[in-house]
Amino acid sequence: MSDGIAHDGVLSWQELEHSPGYPSRSRMLKGPVAVIECVQEIPCNPCEAACPFQAITVGEKITNVPRLNEAKCVGCGQCLTRCPGLAIFLVDMSSQDGSASLAFPYEYLPLPSVGEDVDAVDRSGCYACRGKVLSVQDPARNEGTAVIKIEIPEAYVHHVRGIARSGGPDE
Amino acid sequence: MRVQNHPILGVLHEVREVALVVDGVRIAAREGETIAAALAAAGIRIHRYTPKQSTPRGVFCAIGQCTDCAMTVNGRPNVRTCMTRAANEMIIETPNQSQGRLD
Amino acid sequence: MTAVDVGIIGAGPAGIAAGIEAATAGCSVALFDGHLEPGGQLIKQIHRFFGSREHRAGVRGIRIAHELWTEAQSLGVQSFLGWEVFGVQSSPSGFRLHARLTDDMSVDDQPISKTVTARTLILATGAEEKAINFEGWTLPGVMGAGAAQTMANVWRVRPGESVLMIGAGNVGLIVSYHLLQAGIDVAAVLEAAPTIGGYGVHAAKISRAGIPILTSHSIIKALGTEHVTGALIAQVDPSWNPISGTERKIDVDSICIAGGLRSNTRLAKLAGCQLAFCRELGGWLPIHNAQLETTVKGIYVAGDAAGIEEASTAIEEGRIAGLVAARSLGRDDKASSDRLDGMKERLSSLRGGPFCEGIRVAKRRIFDLGEEPCPTA
Repeated sequence: MSDGIAHDGVLSWQELEHSPGYPSRSRMLKGPVAVIECVQEIPCNPCEAACPFQAITVGEKITNVPRLNEAKCVGCGQCLTRCPGLAIFLVDMSSQDGSASLAFPYEYLPLPSVGEDVDAVDRSGCYACRGKVLSVQDPARNEGTAVIKIEIPEAYVHHVRGIARSGGPDE
Repeated sequence: MRVQNHPILGVLHEVREVALVVDGVRIAAREGETIAAALAAAGIRIHRYTPKQSTPRGVFCAIGQCTDCAMTVNGRPNVRTCMTRAANEMIIETPNQSQGRLD
Repeated sequence: MTAVDVGIIGAGPAGIAAGIEAATAGCSVALFDGHLEPGGQLIKQIHRFFGSREHRAGVRGIRIAHELWTEAQSLGVQSFLGWEVFGVQSSPSGFRLHARLTDDMSVDDQPISKTVTARTLILATGAEEKAINFEGWTLPGVMGAGAAQTMANVWRVRPGESVLMIGAGNVGLIVSYHLLQAGIDVAAVLEAAPTIGGYGVHAAKISRAGIPILTSHSIIKALGTEHVTGALIAQVDPSWNPISGTERKIDVDSICIAGGLRSNTRLAKLAGCQLAFCRELGGWLPIHNAQLETTVKGIYVAGDAAGIEEASTAIEEGRIAGLVAARSLGRDDKASSDRLDGMKERLSSLRGGPFCEGIRVAKRRIFDLGEEPCPTA
């Protein structure tokens, strides 16, 4: 596993566990919830203003690491397209059938199609499991930040953070 | 080698084409783009050979500061191709080519 | 001959912001840039910016450029795009700026130079990319990271099909991401230091796209005779010396160097400004005080020309320089002190956090030098 984000660009389990933006498992089981993977003190706070339910706090010092209030978070997903670091995801473990859903921001072409089977990848871009595309949202107001939601086996909710890119924008 | 589709910039809009003649070979350029962009789109990477050691050079800074991309344009030497707009029927020559090319 | 209150060299975020503030205060402003497109490096930044709402966080750099330019135009800032300032002289009423058409093919019947006088001057000349030299670095296919970004995002051409990125600071990480978006493969990002210098979130984006970021690695040489066909890389020790036996070949057709930026100081030096060397800010830069005035009275500096930072700090510094220049000409109003304090506070908050420790210390040192009395020679 990673030695940490500054070592190879991959968050370690320790960094994720200590992150005040990472919701608890019990909250994930209740329904969709934001997962904020931003652990460094950088001057940035659009996530705070993005949340209509005031579930994200950065505070007066804009370098504070964002904190998630998982009780206030309803899992609307608005923060996903506002984070300049594309570091916010949406996880839902509430289905009882062993599957979970993960939504992530995506700024590449081609976009996958709804219903497509995809290779879901982890934070290192390595294959984790198969996924099925549940939705692809790319409205003009999000200026190119699409949100893709995939269904994956629930065992992978802490691992999967994207899909393998297939081809380039001109293919 | 043109980026026709882009997730943020959108689809490349159509513009008038102009023709550049590069070492005798005609290539197409988009009106308004730089000579260097047209060359890159055509897969041409060598812009010149150095006068003493005949080493090949190409685009390095792409914003007019380093002059590595300079070529002879319509007979005028040392034209920074990354800062100069392509115009129809421009004659572009690779300086010191006969010394350098291995073919 | 055109005569203005404030002459600004550079129409990047700092220069345009300076123009906005000076014009808002009632100054006549002339803004020069050697490029035909205004916006400086903002025109290539297709990603969302950091900072806070007042810093336009969340807005893509390309849109910030457009918004700033529109505002400057609406305030009557006179612009000279495609005109490179090559000379600065002092004159009885301030300064004389001499500019030439950047286009090397400018036709013979056009005037080749233009002179404008300005009572005060703001140097917003930005930065240039540093080149890391290695065997084969002059081959076609080796270019600055900014160069690849310009080709892909401004000119919509792929400068290559597969890239090795050297440097994992924010520029190396962000440009790698932009290249992926343009359909270019990034084989790896090399960083000679043992840790990634850029933001973790930028690194995370490219890691999950499958791009390996190899810390304690560097390039030994570029391979190829007419152009790049690959690279020889190796692991390096803490002194950045290659470790024998770790060399391996990577197949790429392009190598991008993200080795840092340094301030463009030519005009500052030409105009008589004293420079100081400051490693944390990129190298030589004009000494300036907290009001951004250089050692030459009436010449101000803002943005990357005042030390390498970000676009957001460039905008704020530009505002400060524009407002201070206006006040020096008597274009003052009751609110201007408060506005100046607001700008300095926003600048301060952008320089918070561990990533900016070096910059904070460095700027304080430069300000101290700037407060010393100017030599009379």
